[in-house]
Amino acid sequence: MSVLVFIETEDGKIKKSSREAISYGAAIGEVTAIALGSVSNEELASAGVNGATKVLHAADEKLNAGLIQPYTEVIAKAFESTGAEVLVTAKSSLADAVVGRVSVKLGAALASNVSELPKTDSGFVVKQSIYTGKAFVNTTLTTDKKILAIKKNAIELKTDGAAASVEAFDVALDDALFGAKITSSEKAEGDVLLPEADIVVSGGRGLKGPENWGIIEDLAKTLGAATGCSKPVSDMDWRPHHEHVGQTGVKVSPSLYIAVGISGAIQHLAGVNSSKYIVVINKDEEAPFFKAADYGIVGDAFEVLPKLNEALKKALA
Amino acid sequence: MNILVCITHVPDTTSRIAFTENNTKFDKNGVQFIIGPYDDYALARAVELKEANGGKVTVLNVGEAETEPTLRKALAIGADEAIRVNAFPSDSYFVAKQIADVAKQGEYDLILMGRESIDFNGGMVHGMVGEMLGLPSFSPVMVLEMEGNTAKITREIEGGKEKLEVNLPFVAGCQEPIAEWKIPNMRGIMSARTKPLNVVEPTDNTKLTEIAQYELPAPKGAVKMIDADNVEELVNLLKNEAKVI
Repeated sequence: MSVLVFIETEDGKIKKSSREAISYGAAIGEVTAIALGSVSNEELASAGVNGATKVLHAADEKLNAGLIQPYTEVIAKAFESTGAEVLVTAKSSLADAVVGRVSVKLGAALASNVSELPKTDSGFVVKQSIYTGKAFVNTTLTTDKKILAIKKNAIELKTDGAAASVEAFDVALDDALFGAKITSSEKAEGDVLLPEADIVVSGGRGLKGPENWGIIEDLAKTLGAATGCSKPVSDMDWRPHHEHVGQTGVKVSPSLYIAVGISGAIQHLAGVNSSKYIVVINKDEEAPFFKAADYGIVGDAFEVLPKLNEALKKALA
Repeated sequence: MNILVCITHVPDTTSRIAFTENNTKFDKNGVQFIIGPYDDYALARAVELKEANGGKVTVLNVGEAETEPTLRKALAIGADEAIRVNAFPSDSYFVAKQIADVAKQGEYDLILMGRESIDFNGGMVHGMVGEMLGLPSFSPVMVLEMEGNTAKITREIEGGKEKLEVNLPFVAGCQEPIAEWKIPNMRGIMSARTKPLNVVEPTDNTKLTEIAQYELPAPKGAVKMIDADNVEELVNLLKNEAKVI
């Protein structure tokens, strides 16, 4: 089966979730990848490690910003020119905005939040995470062309491939596709991206104020983790909205989620219930979050976190 | 401004999720249905924009007759009229096609909806509608301000946000903090009873996916409690039992 994978980059590097998408593609067929905007040939060739045979590169600088309509155009053209049957992408903020459009353009069935490889013994069936992680649905895609958006951290990375070949892919882009102008862009520098992170350390109202976030950040640094927060914390502007984990914020699916001073309202749990392991640290032993946890500590965050940080530093040294 | 707001009719966020008929149907027993939380933000912003600029808000749902109380609630919040496309929303392409066909019948400056529904979480319909109508589409949009015919919008990106300017018309998938949810007042509830709610039949029955079967995740094991004075034990469990560090 011929598979096209859409690669997203961040600071010139292929995102981990895109590497997962390549690994997914390699498990079901021969992968050609498509990357947009400025990124080095060496970085693109490294997509081969995860299973891509070839990477098409639409290097036009106008594509450095993730503009939704031009991206739709390039990805759809790449799909058609490679004769692909399946487009695979990570589920992400950008992919969400783009692949619905690609689906209509190609007449391709689309499944999002895919958490496992497809079953193809009768039709093409994928398992999708739904109800914000509270259930799954097995969905049959009935068209010849298909699009799958893969849930982050759900697919094991393939790491034993050889370097991919890189080819220029030039698409004439109509000015009409650039009707929306990006006027500014703000991004946290050098931090681990929350939706991509393998470990997340999150703080809630129990931390009493934004000035106390140092103990969360210290622990995150030790673990190479991203930091998150509960909805009240983001509502009170203690932390930016893109760190809000929960039903109406970011949904995460890390290997390890550490919740500090978060009671565990059902809307927060909806954002974390796909985590493989959950640690809850809370001074209230009745906090509902303990029922959803794998490991729990009843204690004051201001005492437990520095001790835990030291113990982790020792263990990871 | 003439604004179309598309809403979903979904289980309350605290609902227990279960399935019936050999895991092929959602179990509605004891479940309270609400306007999708993201759609509710879109509706609130649409009502604010109408109050500031004049115009009309039309609220649209693709669903069976049971969704009408949800549409009435949207009317109570401040929408002027409602349209229900009489069909079960089983496939995102099908839903997007109904929305696009309704949109073609009206002269809408803006088509708003939530960034995703909270039942299927696909987050794909806004893009599909944009492509079907040949309009720009954006998601997730957290700020939407109008200056004449130009919208200034802020879109959340992973780890940050970007600001864009775009002319009307366009499609946006919305999320907080675009507006505060509005709670209907008594006057709104009374007037909602007499506002028009038009039912139309689907224009096209094309579906690209079929639901085979639902599943529930494996139940979670019991929590292991660790003494606050023994954090080394937690480190040991994370390293040797969970193997996540």
